[in-house]
Amino acid sequence: MAVYLVRRLMQALLVVLAMSIIVFVGVYAIGDPVEILISPDADQLERERAIRALGLDLPLWQQYLVFLTNALQGDLGRSFVFNEPALKLILQRMPATLELAFGAMFLSILIGLPLGLYAGLRPNSAASKTIMAGSILGFSLPTFWVGLMLIMVFAVQLGWLPSTGRGETCSVLGFIGLQPCSAGLQWSWLTGDGLAHMVMPAINLALFKISLVIRLTRAGVRETMLMDYVKFARAKGLSASRVTFVHVFKNILIPVVTVVGLELGSTIAFSVVTESVFAWPGMGKLIIDSINVLDRPVIVAYLMIIVMMFITINLVVDLTYSLLDPRVRLENKGT
Amino acid sequence: MSQAVMKGAAPAAPRKDKVETPFRRFVSEFAESKIALGGLIVFTIIALVAIFASVIAPQNPYDLAQLDIMDGRMEPGTVGGAGFTYWLGTDDQGRDMMSGIMYGLRISLTVGAGSALIACMVGASLGLLAAYAGGRTDTVIMRLVDLQLSFPSILVALMILAFLGKGVMNVVIALVIVEWAYYARTVRGTALVERRREYIEAAQCLALPTHRILFRHLLPNCLPPLIVVATMQVARAIALEATLSFLGLGVPITEPSLGLLIANGYEYMLSGKYWISFYPGIALLVTIVSINLVGDQLRDVLNPRLKK
Repeated sequence: MAVYLVRRLMQALLVVLAMSIIVFVGVYAIGDPVEILISPDADQLERERAIRALGLDLPLWQQYLVFLTNALQGDLGRSFVFNEPALKLILQRMPATLELAFGAMFLSILIGLPLGLYAGLRPNSAASKTIMAGSILGFSLPTFWVGLMLIMVFAVQLGWLPSTGRGETCSVLGFIGLQPCSAGLQWSWLTGDGLAHMVMPAINLALFKISLVIRLTRAGVRETMLMDYVKFARAKGLSASRVTFVHVFKNILIPVVTVVGLELGSTIAFSVVTESVFAWPGMGKLIIDSINVLDRPVIVAYLMIIVMMFITINLVVDLTYSLLDPRVRLENKGT
Repeated sequence: MSQAVMKGAAPAAPRKDKVETPFRRFVSEFAESKIALGGLIVFTIIALVAIFASVIAPQNPYDLAQLDIMDGRMEPGTVGGAGFTYWLGTDDQGRDMMSGIMYGLRISLTVGAGSALIACMVGASLGLLAAYAGGRTDTVIMRLVDLQLSFPSILVALMILAFLGKGVMNVVIALVIVEWAYYARTVRGTALVERRREYIEAAQCLALPTHRILFRHLLPNCLPPLIVVATMQVARAIALEATLSFLGLGVPITEPSLGLLIANGYEYMLSGKYWISFYPGIALLVTIVSINLVGDQLRDVLNPRLKK
């Protein structure tokens, strides 16, 4: 196990390193940041000073080495636009993205699980067929367009919910009330206004996951219902609700929760779209804005952070599987 | 006895005079699902509209001479200055939305189908090679596939467009890089089984060149799952292209796809002018759903495991 762990860790590190080269070369080798950053009116001397200040006069591999050394010390460069450390900019916006992603995951279970359970228990009823058709729609609907339609109906026409932004935030992990709010991490879901702002983006982001959970749950229920232990529980004369909620439900919960957990990464990635629609000030909106103005350090920092995140998630999943399934371990011992 | 006859024994009787070819059987099995058939018809109409957009559209939305800024942001059904009715309204520059959607469909479908085709060729070739060569080649290609599939498609596309910048060609490149892995994995799975069959052995004994064995013998037998994946991937590519264009990273403003049309309507929607975003979205939705319906049925028909 220890050998496998070390080998898997080495592999992950190698991938991180490879990705850092791809990202760095991709972002820095194409296009010329000088054109964008320095005003065309600047004279030759000013231009050269600016180029030197930004380190753009060095050869690419040296720029990469400087980048790598700094990255290992937690410095991913300064944003050209905000003139602040890129890492800080991203970390500042991370709570907004995370609360949106977790809100969406929560909603997908809250809505998807009961619907999937119903569709699995009564597969031939009209309501189940509607649910399943709805889930196909959930897979097919373009997320950004649904977001726009939500804004149109609930914000513009009905006026029930605020259309964009994050609303009032509340600071936790800083000192509530003692310090100005900017000191701690900002959370929307702790205030009523923030929560109202969060409803539509969270539903929008959850839409795809809801469909996924419905399908998983339904398939799980239909499979479990045929199992001997369910038949036995019925034969014992247990009530239908007890069979459903204790014997069936418990068993389908494990795979569903696993998959939903695995989807966290992709939810964070897809929040790029939702954040742009609802002007939600998270990491996703930041990266889109940064790409549009070619704010390279922020682009690189975002991509590196998200790549690290995915590699970590995959690593954890692989290790958990190898703990649970001895076949994976043995297979790796052989090679 | 074929499956089609066995399934519907009585109604199939009058058709017996027809010779049953695999293609006819495929068609009749596909047509068993009315929803899928409907999807196919709808998609055919959409494709025809896109192809003949320049003939049937009331105006050329890119010809500035035909646009009247005075007709800007008109509600659906209004009669414009030029005398014809804007059935789906106009955008901020007085462009007829219906014409805009027809031309937009053209770009969306071209980018979607084009990228799916290229990705299919790249992915299928690599998948075949991985399965046939095995060993180190297989390991390297499949590691690459695994690595790629562990990142969500939107992220990979975002990364590539951040490198390359906007443009139709760049979007196609990004979509190909996102999609090839799905084809490679599918083809490799099938090809691993097929390459152990006798006909491959026979071809090897005849000392045929490798590329001939790969593309003339192995590939045709891996086609059914490939066709299913390709259909689904076209829908995915169209949706992803629309998303990227909406984010402002996709096609340039001079060649507006459906996603860009929707993005253009974003600011006007807040003042209640819904149609600029609404109708292109409906067109996008109908396209994606119709392709998915066809793909779903193809999977059922082409999957040998589901046949009794």
